Amino acid sequence: MRATVLVRPKPGILDPQGQAVESSLRQLGFPVGDARVGRVVDLEVESADPDTARAEVERMCEQLLANPLIESYEIELEGAP
Amino acid sequence: MSEARPRIGVVAFPGSNDDRDALRALESLGADAVPVWHADERLPEVAGIVLPGGFSYGDYLRCGAIARFAPAMRAVAEFAADGGPVLGICNGFQILCEAGLLPGALRPNASLSFVCRDVDLRTERTDTPFTALCEPGQTLTIPIKHGEGCWFADDRLLAELEANGQIVLRYENNPNGSVADVAGVVNAERNVMGLMPHPEHAVDPLLGSTDGALILGGLVAAARDRSVVSVSV
Repeated sequence: MRATVLVRPKPGILDPQGQAVESSLRQLGFPVGDARVGRVVDLEVESADPDTARAEVERMCEQLLANPLIESYEIELEGAP
Repeated sequence: MSEARPRIGVVAFPGSNDDRDALRALESLGADAVPVWHADERLPEVAGIVLPGGFSYGDYLRCGAIARFAPAMRAVAEFAADGGPVLGICNGFQILCEAGLLPGALRPNASLSFVCRDVDLRTERTDTPFTALCEPGQTLTIPIKHGEGCWFADDRLLAELEANGQIVLRYENNPNGSVADVAGVVNAERNVMGLMPHPEHAVDPLLGSTDGALILGGLVAAARDRSVVSVSV
C-alpha cells in the first residue's frame, strides 16, 4: 500500500523558509500570507490493511519522520477514505 | 600514569568535519584523544566522549536525525547512562537532541543564513563538568559556524530547564533566533552537554581566543576523575 506522510512545522514555530517563500511570492505579485514549508515522504508499506498500515506509518513518524517537538504530521493512504 | 592523560573518544560520522580539530584540541589539553568510527558497536576504553561538528549523513531529513541510528550511538547512550561525560558540539549537539539525550531541537537559523563568526557567550552555570573551569557569569568568546543552530523548546520545557539550571550558555547577541538566547544545555544528570559554538576552534591564541579550552578542559578534567575512579575500582 502506498502511503504519503506530510510533515509540517507546528503552529507557532518560527518557519524562516516559509517566510522567505512568502516574501518571494509577494514579489511576484501574489498577495499570499502565512506560508509554511514542510516535507513530503512517499512510502510503499507492506501491509494491505489500512488500519495496520496507518499504525505502522504512525510509528515511523514518531520515531523518525517527524520530530514531535517541532513538527506535526498527517498520513494519507492510497485508496483509504 | 594512565590517569594523567584520560582517554577521550571523538566519534566520526560520514560527513563529520571537525573530528580532527577536536582530537587535536583535546590532545593539547592533556587528553589521550582517540577517533571512534560511527559503525563501531563498542566504544574503546574511554572516560569521555565528544560528538564533533559537521554534516553527518548530509543532514538528511533533519540535522542529526540519521546519525542517531549509528551503531556507535547506542554505545554512547549507554556510556552517558552510566554517568560518562559526553559533549556534543554543533552537529554533535543536534545529534544528542535527536537521540533524546538532550532536551530541545535545532531548527534553521531565523535569518536563513549560515553564520560563521566569533560570538560572546555568557556562562550561566558553572555546576557542570564542562563549565567547572569558568567563573559564574564569565563571557566566553568562541566561534560559531552553522545554518541550523536555532535551538527550540516550547514554553513548558523551557521553564522546566530554567528551573533545573540546565541552560548553561547563552548568546550575548543572539545570532540564530534560538529561544531565550540559548547556546548550550545539559541533561538533568549534568553529564551530557551540547552547544552550537565550537570550543575546539578556540584553544590557541593564534585562533583569536583560548576560551574554548575552558569547556574542553572541563571535559578532560571530568574524564580524568572518571578514569581515576575506574582505575581504583
